[in-house]
Amino acid sequence: MKISVQDAPFDLGQETQAFAAGHRDMGAIVTFTGIVRDLPDDPLKAMEIEHYPGMTEAALTEMAETAMARFSLGDALVIHRFGRLLPGEMIMMVATAARHRKDAFEAAEFLMDYLKSRAPFWKREITEKGADWVASKSEDEDALARW
Amino acid sequence: MNILYFAWVRERIGLPREKVETTARNVAELVDELRAREERYAVAFSDLAGLRVAVDQQLTDFDASLEGVREVAFFPPMTGG
Repeated sequence: MKISVQDAPFDLGQETQAFAAGHRDMGAIVTFTGIVRDLPDDPLKAMEIEHYPGMTEAALTEMAETAMARFSLGDALVIHRFGRLLPGEMIMMVATAARHRKDAFEAAEFLMDYLKSRAPFWKREITEKGADWVASKSEDEDALARW
Repeated sequence: MNILYFAWVRERIGLPREKVETTARNVAELVDELRAREERYAVAFSDLAGLRVAVDQQLTDFDASLEGVREVAFFPPMTGG
């Protein structure tokens, strides 16, 4: 299991390769990557991500451990960046390894749902018009009911 | 006790962390003490439904006990991922 909270960019290919290697008994690897999306009506200059050092790592570790047990994963990976990011940059990724694809897909969704509203990150969008904290969405909170 | 503020809570209060002496037994009582301090605290804590709290880095509720607690953090709903 690997958890990384970092300001530096990560290499999706390299991380995926390293994660997939050495799991001979795992038939399925799922990865999800989140990217800074530009805004159609008000071009995004940058996204700033704040987090709670200490709690962030602990919360992500707990989520990954829960996912490992619940979906019988062979391995799990969570990388999440903080700091100033530009449109098109990768914000985060999760990867899951399971014997079969259903568990790998579900575990990735579980991790994403929890990461959205239970990991202490806050996004701020900076545009020509100014800077605004991204509001949480009620559907993100509702998504947890599924689990 | 260390109090931490994140995102717009930090901006409204004007600092990321501070040390406070408190006799509050739970988070709600601590919030009342902070609100009574100055207008900027009253503004930041005006709507608790729009706030989240962590006690010693564990997400919890406003009725959580502060017994033996070293760190309390206030912040808006999280927007990770």
